[in-house]
Amino acid sequence: MIKAVLIFNNQGKPRVTKFYQHYSEQDQQSIIEEIFALVSRREEGVCSFLEGGKLVGGSDYRLIYRHYATLYFIFCVDSSESELGILDLIQVLVEVLDRCFENVCELDLIFHMDKVHFILNEMIMGGMVLETSLSEIVSRYHEQEKICKQEIGFSKTPSMVAGALKSIELPNLKNELKNIELPKLPSLRR
Amino acid sequence: MPTPIRLRDLIRNIRAAKTAAEEREVIQKECAEIRNGFREEDNIFRCRNVAKLLYVHMLGFPAHFGQMEVMKLVVSPRFTDKRIGYLGSMLLLDENREVTMLITNSLKNDLEHSSQYVVSLALCTLGNICSSEMARDLAQDVERIMRNGPAYLKKKATLCACRIIRKEPELIDNFIQLVPTLLNDKHHGVMLSGVAFVTEMCNISDEYTEKFRRSVPALVRMLKNLIMSGFSPEHDVSGVVDPFLQVRIIRLLRILGKNDSSSSELMNDILAQVATNTETSKNVGNAILYETVLTIMGIKSESGLRVLAINILGRFLLSSDKNIRYVALNSLLKTVHTDRNAVQRHRSTILDCLKDPDPSVLRRAVDLCFALINDQNVRGTMRELLIFLENCPSEFKSDVASNIVISAGRYAPNAQWHIDTILKVLTTGGNYVPDQTIPILIHLISSTASLHSYTVSQLFTAIKSNSLHQPLNQVACWCIGEYGEVLLTGSEYSDLVQPEEILKSLNSLCESHLSSTSTKSYAVNGIAKLANRLPTHLMPTIKRILARYGTSMNLELQQRSVEFSSLFNKHDDKRPGILERMPLFEKTEEERSYSESNDPAAGEKAASSAPAVNTAQQSALDDLLGLGDIGTGAPVATSAPAPVMNSSNLVRCGHDNNKPPPIAKRTPESERGPFSDPETTLRTIRQAASNSIPSFEPWCDDNLGMKMDFQKIDTNVLAINMTITNNSLAYEVTDFSFLAAVPKQLQINLAQPSSLSVSPQMTLSQQMRVNNPNKVALKMKCKMSYKLNGNPVGPIDKVIGNFPPSAWE
Repeated sequence: MIKAVLIFNNQGKPRVTKFYQHYSEQDQQSIIEEIFALVSRREEGVCSFLEGGKLVGGSDYRLIYRHYATLYFIFCVDSSESELGILDLIQVLVEVLDRCFENVCELDLIFHMDKVHFILNEMIMGGMVLETSLSEIVSRYHEQEKICKQEIGFSKTPSMVAGALKSIELPNLKNELKNIELPKLPSLRR
Repeated sequence: MPTPIRLRDLIRNIRAAKTAAEEREVIQKECAEIRNGFREEDNIFRCRNVAKLLYVHMLGFPAHFGQMEVMKLVVSPRFTDKRIGYLGSMLLLDENREVTMLITNSLKNDLEHSSQYVVSLALCTLGNICSSEMARDLAQDVERIMRNGPAYLKKKATLCACRIIRKEPELIDNFIQLVPTLLNDKHHGVMLSGVAFVTEMCNISDEYTEKFRRSVPALVRMLKNLIMSGFSPEHDVSGVVDPFLQVRIIRLLRILGKNDSSSSELMNDILAQVATNTETSKNVGNAILYETVLTIMGIKSESGLRVLAINILGRFLLSSDKNIRYVALNSLLKTVHTDRNAVQRHRSTILDCLKDPDPSVLRRAVDLCFALINDQNVRGTMRELLIFLENCPSEFKSDVASNIVISAGRYAPNAQWHIDTILKVLTTGGNYVPDQTIPILIHLISSTASLHSYTVSQLFTAIKSNSLHQPLNQVACWCIGEYGEVLLTGSEYSDLVQPEEILKSLNSLCESHLSSTSTKSYAVNGIAKLANRLPTHLMPTIKRILARYGTSMNLELQQRSVEFSSLFNKHDDKRPGILERMPLFEKTEEERSYSESNDPAAGEKAASSAPAVNTAQQSALDDLLGLGDIGTGAPVATSAPAPVMNSSNLVRCGHDNNKPPPIAKRTPESERGPFSDPETTLRTIRQAASNSIPSFEPWCDDNLGMKMDFQKIDTNVLAINMTITNNSLAYEVTDFSFLAAVPKQLQINLAQPSSLSVSPQMTLSQQMRVNNPNKVALKMKCKMSYKLNGNPVGPIDKVIGNFPPSAWE
């Protein structure tokens, strides 16, 4: 079972975090810090497997990570998952992100954290691997995005109007009335 | 009320903040806006607000006020709202909160929705945060989708069912008939989830493993189709067809084939095919091979296949990819106990891995090396391990040191090598050597009388070079104190040493500020013992040194110094008797013959004893010695304290020599060497475990206190020693009478109490024996009466029900 999927950058700032087992908010933050401390200490060229830290759970848990440019992709798994298989899964995840976001970079993950979650939900459910076929995941994601866009198209008008109305600013007439200059109309008197 | 800002604007603002405090300010301001928005029941922008809330939640800020909003989003008819709502529920809620139950209704509605994406959202949420009650409520709907839904929903429903049966195993029966259709489906996603589902059921209970053995042929066929099907673009990963599914199927085959020869036979062919045909140039091929190897080792496969598997692992070990090497070491560790000989072939490669800079690989290699040590290769392996101990990172040192000591004790070819090795561990391991090894070493030295002179000379030279290692110093102090006279006469191992030299070396250890208190205590003891061993002209010097610590701030040193000084000054006639050489310790191990000495037959017996028993008793040994395990991983629930603790007590109070050393009360037979019969060893381990029943105080009041100590005489008979304490301060208890009754299936025999009257603060004891053939829970009804200072008390009736379970199990 996969216990957690974490993506954070070289400074340890979390970009996407998903826990498949319940931890309190404080625990989640300390787990992220602990894992970042463990992973950042690893040099280049060592293997991608780490024994899990104390917080995530004892000796049964392993951290499998990959470092791409500025991001660390970390899967925390227990002994029932194949380590090499999870390495491949990370590769598939990155390829999917690449297809969905078109040459994905860290900024895409930052600004579209919710979309990354939706993609993850297509691949992993309840800690178990759901789908690994690249094309299937990408096509499903695109279809759901289409539905969302259609909905926004329909409902955009009322919300735009409401938004516009809320922020409308009526001109300040009082002052202008004071200074209003009446046009010089020709006198109608003979 | 201005429009709430977009998520991306919020993110931009947060990124623009230059300091952490500024960032916190931005976020708190926005959270306040969001809270306002929620309060005003803003339907249009709720989705946006919740999305922002999820973002700040990821950064670690509190977001609990969004939980109810998430509910409202979920019931909205818009897909976008539902999407964010369900995502929020997965991130913010969990099965422990009652709030989660509120989603159940909307989940039920959405599971019947016409749009498959809405259904998929509901299934996804259910699969992630399902609780037991939700499982029971919604199992029917999930089952319906598993039966009739499109492939996209079937696979999600199947994984959802995995979680449901994990939470509520009774619901398995709802789903079990659907399995064959799932496995026959053409869609790979459905096959993947189907196999995962079967694996989950097998993990829950063995009876399902029995049931699913029937589907082994179907699984084998599935795997064959995958391999033979040729290139399929949608499932291809680097040239291999759907490696994830292959790995899953092979893993399930492992679970089904374990301990079952008929299913294992069916799998042999396909496993051989996969093992030989898979391409290993890419990681995917290696993943499949790795899983295949684990399966071959895990089932009852034929020996040719096992050899093939080990050879594949050997190839992995030589690979340049670090990940492959790690994985190979890991799997070798799992298989080393069953196929020790095959793994031995790769011993040299494994020893080479000790030079790898990667700490994960090192840890695996070290564990594997220890598991591989046997009588033949012990010298070579130990040499490598000692070199490793010198250079390894410090987090490894104490584990490696203690494991070397244990292995040396088990496999040493002769006594001299054994002592040499342990001395080397002390010098290279430095302060990382754990404290429990010191008594072991001392015991070892004292028992090998032939090597006393050798040992003492080595230790003397070692501390002369001003060693800073505390364990080494402690052992040296003890030895020199005991056997110092050997140095006076000189031997083949060292030149004659002047007595002043000996005294000076111990004294410098005592005076050095770098020595710990225990080292100084050892040194003081050693100096005191030297009074017997060295010529008498040094007595004044010794007395002076000892007296120096009479005013030490350290209680231990002060006490020793004062007691020794008084011994020397007032009771000098008794001194020779007290300080003479210590007798050999009470044997805590059976007479262990070294494998190279006189008994080649014994050596063979050791090699052939079942590895499983070795594992059990090795871990018993480890547990008893408290020295950690060597990666055998078989825990034995003994709570017997380490017998070596007794020897350390002996070392500490060395001047109490005329008392016989306290005999370890726990059965030390569980530490028998590897030459004994396996059955008796296991029985004695169990006995040792059962000997340690905690004592128990059923009752205590102002006048009398009752305490019970237990000991198992036999598997059915429990001996109880009851101690009655007179708690009163002035009154005498007389005419004490105690009656006891036990349930019908048990028998009890009461002996005569030690006396019928008890003085204040004194005790009396009464023995009882309980015969419990059916292992029924022990309960006792007792009636006590006595006279306190002439006044009759009682009869006091008491039912004792809470005996410690280990007493009657």
